[in-house]
Amino acid sequence: MTDLDAPQLIDKLGQDLGAFMRERGIAEPLLVGIRTGGVWVAEQIQSMLEIKDELGVLDITFYRDDFSRAGIQPTVKPSHLPLDVTDRHIILIDDVLYTGRTVRAALNEIFDYGRPASVSLAILVERNGRELPVQADVVGTRLSLEARQQVQLSGPQPIVLEIVD
Amino acid sequence: MRHFLDIGRLDREALTHILDTAKSFTSVDGQAVKKVPLLRGKTIVNLFFEPSTRTRTTFELAAKRLSADVLNISIATSATVKGESLLDTLFSLEAMNTDIFIVRHPESGAADFIAKHVAPHVSIINAGDGRHAHPTQALLDVFTIREHHPDFSKLRVAIVGDILHSRVARSQIEALNILGTREIRVIAPRTLLPANIEQLGVQVFQNCWQGLRDVDVIIMLRLQKERMQGALIPSEHEYFQLYGLTPERLALASPDAVVMHPGPINRGVEISSEVADGPQSVILQQVKYGIAVRMAILSLAISTGEPGDSHET
Repeated sequence: MTDLDAPQLIDKLGQDLGAFMRERGIAEPLLVGIRTGGVWVAEQIQSMLEIKDELGVLDITFYRDDFSRAGIQPTVKPSHLPLDVTDRHIILIDDVLYTGRTVRAALNEIFDYGRPASVSLAILVERNGRELPVQADVVGTRLSLEARQQVQLSGPQPIVLEIVD
Repeated sequence: MRHFLDIGRLDREALTHILDTAKSFTSVDGQAVKKVPLLRGKTIVNLFFEPSTRTRTTFELAAKRLSADVLNISIATSATVKGESLLDTLFSLEAMNTDIFIVRHPESGAADFIAKHVAPHVSIINAGDGRHAHPTQALLDVFTIREHHPDFSKLRVAIVGDILHSRVARSQIEALNILGTREIRVIAPRTLLPANIEQLGVQVFQNCWQGLRDVDVIIMLRLQKERMQGALIPSEHEYFQLYGLTPERLALASPDAVVMHPGPINRGVEISSEVADGPQSVILQQVKYGIAVRMAILSLAISTGEPGDSHET
């Protein structure tokens, strides 16, 4: 089991995201965190970048591709996108990017709320093992792990990241 | 959970899981595209042997918002009038590779009977059987209560009216007991109360003035004239005089009490229009929450996995 320095990675992700938005000319982004870990990360980025619009929260349970096998988690909660997403620049935030299936589900859900101008992906820990053509625009760190290893995030205060065998 | 037949088979944890799942479906109503892809490719049959507006349409909408395909079958207009037996009708529907039957039937126990005879790939949801049970109505009622008063251990709930003919009341009492409700009262004339009603864990009042005092929730029931044989009440006018919910009677309840009714309402018989349309009425919220609750029931019937046995990012 290895610990990663979560506060430092979140700080780097926030700074790189700020630079990314300046480069793209995105002045008023709508941040959207994927429940649960992605929301914790997004809350910190939201205050770092001093974004005024309320944070969006997605629970992608109902958009999963393994629903009939996996069942409904007892922790499922409503999604909440505070504003109309149409014509907005959305920054989708999650803790870990692994297979890419969660991001696929999140994109589908966002488009059921409207037609955004763009969606960018900010990820705290990007690891190998993609099963779909999905890549992050901004990352806190990139790791190469064995298939048996998992990145686990706990939080929200403090956010702790660890690699579990 | 393969079949959903009555409330009594659930424990508090299972019931709460359904309510929490329903809560998460309420956000679908706020989407531009009011649909989630959860039950894409599943076929759901609304099998109604008895007329219904609210239950049938909210089940249909719930199924459609989950992206399932829906068949509506009213049996009065189908093959059974040509002499086909109930089971033969069911077997034909099964052969079409359907996944869920939502059953409404005038006979108590009909949903159980069908559940015992269907193929293993089909789930049965009870949408009301005779006087026995109407579990999804009871669930949407406790869901609505929870949205206003989350702690059942503090609540006094009064159910008023035709308890005798009401499958809704029976399921409500079970659900309220499972959730640990502080006090459940039933208020009705003796002629509209089943024998041994006290054994269900309720307090019986035959007088509104006593029964409504300090309650947090008032559930009015419809006078089920179509099920009544003989004169159980003197007249609708007199019934309203004695049991109808008026602003004066509502004032006996706690100031933040909510007024509920499973519908369809008989204005001027069990409830006055002032109360039905007033600020404490949550009757239309019940209809709206009915969709989310039925989405939860349908998706839990389809998902075979145990909650929590998947992990992916």
